Amino acid sequence: MELHKKFMLAVTLSLTLGLSACSDDDDGVMSPQPIDASYEVTVTNITNGQPLTPLAVVMHESGFVAWQLGASATEGLEMLAESGSPADFLSASAANTNVIDTASSSNGPFGPGAQESVSMTVTHSMDLQLSVASMLANTNDAFTGVNAWGIGDLAVGESASVLAKVYDAGTENNTESSATMPGPAAGGEGFNSARDDIDVVLIHPGVVTIDDGLMDSALNESHRWLNSAAKIVVQRVN
Amino acid sequence: MKFKKSALVSAFIVGMATSSANAAQWDITVTNLTHGNHFTPLLLAAHDHDTHLFQVGMPASIPIEHMAECGHLDPLLATPEVGAADTQADPAGGPLAPGASTSSMIMTTNMNNTHLTIVSMVLPTNDAFVGLESQHIPTEAGTYTYYLNAYDAGTEGNDETINPGGPSTCTYTEAGMIPVAPGGDADSGGTGVVTPGTPDTNTSIHIHRGVLGESVATGDGRSDLMNTIHRWQNPVAKVVVTVTP
Repeated sequence: MELHKKFMLAVTLSLTLGLSACSDDDDGVMSPQPIDASYEVTVTNITNGQPLTPLAVVMHESGFVAWQLGASATEGLEMLAESGSPADFLSASAANTNVIDTASSSNGPFGPGAQESVSMTVTHSMDLQLSVASMLANTNDAFTGVNAWGIGDLAVGESASVLAKVYDAGTENNTESSATMPGPAAGGEGFNSARDDIDVVLIHPGVVTIDDGLMDSALNESHRWLNSAAKIVVQRVN
Repeated sequence: MKFKKSALVSAFIVGMATSSANAAQWDITVTNLTHGNHFTPLLLAAHDHDTHLFQVGMPASIPIEHMAECGHLDPLLATPEVGAADTQADPAGGPLAPGASTSSMIMTTNMNNTHLTIVSMVLPTNDAFVGLESQHIPTEAGTYTYYLNAYDAGTEGNDETINPGGPSTCTYTEAGMIPVAPGGDADSGGTGVVTPGTPDTNTSIHIHRGVLGESVATGDGRSDLMNTIHRWQNPVAKVVVTVTP
């Protein structure tokens, strides 16, 4: 199934490249024009006590990988997951030839129950994929998002929705101490280039908090979550 | 079984005659995947694609609040949305215990009733509910499996204390208490994980953060729940739908 999908993506990608090459030729042969497609990406914070930091949104095709389970986080993702700043992640993503466009939300962190939207218009392809990342601010290096979500088959007016898992960037020890977390529950340090955790991206084990016996934790039981932290909806509006 | 088959055959013949899409039979099995939590009487509703009995990220309606805080289905059953739906209420004939399954059948009477919603309160909690949110069910014959999360209705603070008055005195307020621990495995007299009446930080429907509970040995007297019994991970329920067009 997975293999089949990848194969299809590869075929679609080469077709797309082939077509754009054709239209550049200007050889008089009829070729389909590239179509612009507009998308609205809306992220709702469905945690109880974790502000989500400004969204990093990347529209791309096969060949760009925002993160991989079991592999080290990029420096940009480390910065995002430890400090909440999407800037380095987005600029590094934009430099990848398979990335079509990048964007961030503009209203700062958004709390439990709140949502942020980003609108983007890109050249459509069946291989179009969406990656989104955002830090859970009251943690050492937890982030939520989606990775290479295929949205090329959405028709105008259609939307798709997913509940996004919580990942551990694996770049900072989960001490939960006030000195090490940037969110409002702690007010401590954001990014630190030292990698003092296992240095691979995995599913986050959750926070322990002082209410569950981690006496140095700046967190309480209200900051816990199970499995998912965000609802991500993408709608093709045009 | 035989009866079902002949009903199916006649439905098929009617379909041929009118050459339009028809009612479908959904055989639905719900399994409680938790280790120590009961589900209150379930509501299964087949409805059209515009109907949402609840939406993750949006505030709970009053009938959803009543279901999630006290396990009461009557307010939901009285809504026009559920009135227009094909439903099964309380298929298990009472609470669904950890590990238990219940099977029931919905015959959709309207070709627009293509989406399935399932809700039921998780006990013992303040306002957790297991939910399937307006899931489109394919029209093709087949067996389809869905895994469900536990959501927090966001309408009652999670103080984790059990109402000494029992479920008959359940109230729909921020300061409400857990109506009952059906397993009889909870504590009593807790002072509250949060000060009773303190709302959730997120007052919309969101993924439940789980219960804290406490251990008998080291409990500080705040929660009436047991951390070795009443915790869960998602998914908390498995739903298998067999579609017979």
